[in-house]
Amino acid sequence: MKLRLTLWRAIFLVIMVLGLYSSFIRYFRGLGAVSNMTDQFPWGLWIGFDCLCGVMLAAGGFCMVGAVYLFNVERLHAVVRPAVLTAFLGYLLFIVGLLFDLGRPWFIWHQMIYMNFHSVMFEVGFCVMTYTTVLFFEFLPNVFEALKWTTPIKWIKKIYPVLIVAGILLSTLHQSSLGSLYLIMPSKLHPFWYSPALPFFFFASAVAVGLAMTIFESTQSAKAFGRQLELPVLVTLGGALLIALWVNVLLRFEDFFHRGLLRQVFTPSYEAYFLWLELILTFVIPIIILSFKKARLSPQWLYLASIFTVLGFITNRLNIALIGFETYVGHHYMPKWTEFSITLMIIAIGFALFGLAVRYLPIFETEPGHKLEQPEHIGVRTGVLSHAGD
Amino acid sequence: MSKAILYDATMCIGCKQCEGACAQQNKLPYDDTVAAESVQSAHKYTVVLTKNDKFMRRLCMHCEEPACASVCPVGALHKTKSAPVVYDVWKCIGCRYCMVACPFGQPKYEWGALNPRVRKCIMCPDRLVAGKQTACAEICPTGATKFGERDDLINEAKDRIRQNPSNYLPHIYGLNEVGGTSILIIAAANVEDYGYPSSARIGDTPMPEYTGRVMERIPDFIPLWTLVLGGIYWVSHRRDEVAAAEASEKNGSAR
Repeated sequence: MKLRLTLWRAIFLVIMVLGLYSSFIRYFRGLGAVSNMTDQFPWGLWIGFDCLCGVMLAAGGFCMVGAVYLFNVERLHAVVRPAVLTAFLGYLLFIVGLLFDLGRPWFIWHQMIYMNFHSVMFEVGFCVMTYTTVLFFEFLPNVFEALKWTTPIKWIKKIYPVLIVAGILLSTLHQSSLGSLYLIMPSKLHPFWYSPALPFFFFASAVAVGLAMTIFESTQSAKAFGRQLELPVLVTLGGALLIALWVNVLLRFEDFFHRGLLRQVFTPSYEAYFLWLELILTFVIPIIILSFKKARLSPQWLYLASIFTVLGFITNRLNIALIGFETYVGHHYMPKWTEFSITLMIIAIGFALFGLAVRYLPIFETEPGHKLEQPEHIGVRTGVLSHAGD
Repeated sequence: MSKAILYDATMCIGCKQCEGACAQQNKLPYDDTVAAESVQSAHKYTVVLTKNDKFMRRLCMHCEEPACASVCPVGALHKTKSAPVVYDVWKCIGCRYCMVACPFGQPKYEWGALNPRVRKCIMCPDRLVAGKQTACAEICPTGATKFGERDDLINEAKDRIRQNPSNYLPHIYGLNEVGGTSILIIAAANVEDYGYPSSARIGDTPMPEYTGRVMERIPDFIPLWTLVLGGIYWVSHRRDEVAAAEASEKNGSAR
């Protein structure tokens, strides 16, 4: 145990050192020196992964807040806090990622004064900014509880309905708008991925990934931090994930069907291979797993299904952001190692901050006096835990 | 009212004086090395390409409804009334959405700079304001690049094609492409052979319309969705309140 911990720390250290070196190149030698982005490929890994995937991976926050506070699904109460924490960190790191990708990050605040209402990018930026503020307030009670400040918690509780509705509204808007970013490129993006329905796909996939990420991180952190998790939570999430995946499948199929692409989808080509990879990871594997009742009741299988879902939709977004442009551009884009290293550094910081927050804040504790408490669950919890994330 | 440039590839002799004049106007380096470069870049806004002894100029098309201007989150690019699509560097945050969105791939970037700018032909707005023509049109020795009123140039292009049908493909590139552009091209060869997107590929729909269809719904969507979400919240919590009230009544505990 001790050895593993130091190994992780060593990896973290290496990632940080390489990341800092790359950051130095980024800010003192420029974007051209740090990345393989060119005039033909102006958006690379940082937009494709850090932004498109980052925001999607943080979708668990609004999904769980919606489930618990909007629809009153009490069972899921235990995962709201970790989900909100993940979302809050995710959005903060998304902004950090932007500071690397933007050519003139020192003018990022221009977003707030030179507003172009016709720009999808403006809408995304504005929503992300306000939603991060909402997440901050949703996260704040953790800090106040740790400090035992009861009065400010009462204040935040008072505005909670507003925070919840605003948070879900803003999430709906910018999750879908990330897809709208690509609507203006019908002549550039490959027809497999360019669709007028992109905003719907982005929202639907965000919900699926939000659920999958919650399963993933609950299991993962249960394992890593020796925390406890109820099986009913995972089972509920797994059921919801299956429904969300089916909705995604139907949307994608309808889209391919109506645009007459079905034949092309099954004809081998460079793009088709990446599409198949994406479809197998997002739909085929997780849906097969989750179709078995036995798997839906097993933490290990749920964990596995959630991993495939997440990997699948990451592939989907990278296909949209990178692979889908290669035919138009006429050459491949492969990120430079420094690009990878900065992305890795941001992810590593995310993990570290999550670890710190879990250690010092009451993230995994249900609120005092809450229904889902103590005795009858303990048996299930320990049972789940010993197998979690195998 | 609105100005334009008519580029007639059949009249072009490939002297590249437009390249030089453009560089001088925009204070860019220009020598034999730059002249030999056959791609546009942050230091080369326009380029004369050669293929099968035929020439073709590439430059920003100055769309009537530019994609770049519509996508810019801070409005650093905008279409002026007279024609030029201009760039306000002091607004730019460097997101490069303009580069990704442009159907002609025109905006280029200063990848090596620490405070990089988007670079592209801006159609000499200062000269236009002063009543002069663009630097490239002024220097062109054959009139292949001609500056004037857009409507006049469209008629002239049509006339030239009508009078010499064997010399031209019967199409004015830029007349309707992406809703029309301020650069009009007539030629004997297909513009696609020189890297332009084909007319079929980009279509006649102005690019901003593709996003506009979604964006215009947002003002209606926000209040509607807020009401729905608020309604769900109210209903699901009302149920709890009622249940709690009933329970306390049953227990007879007066709270």
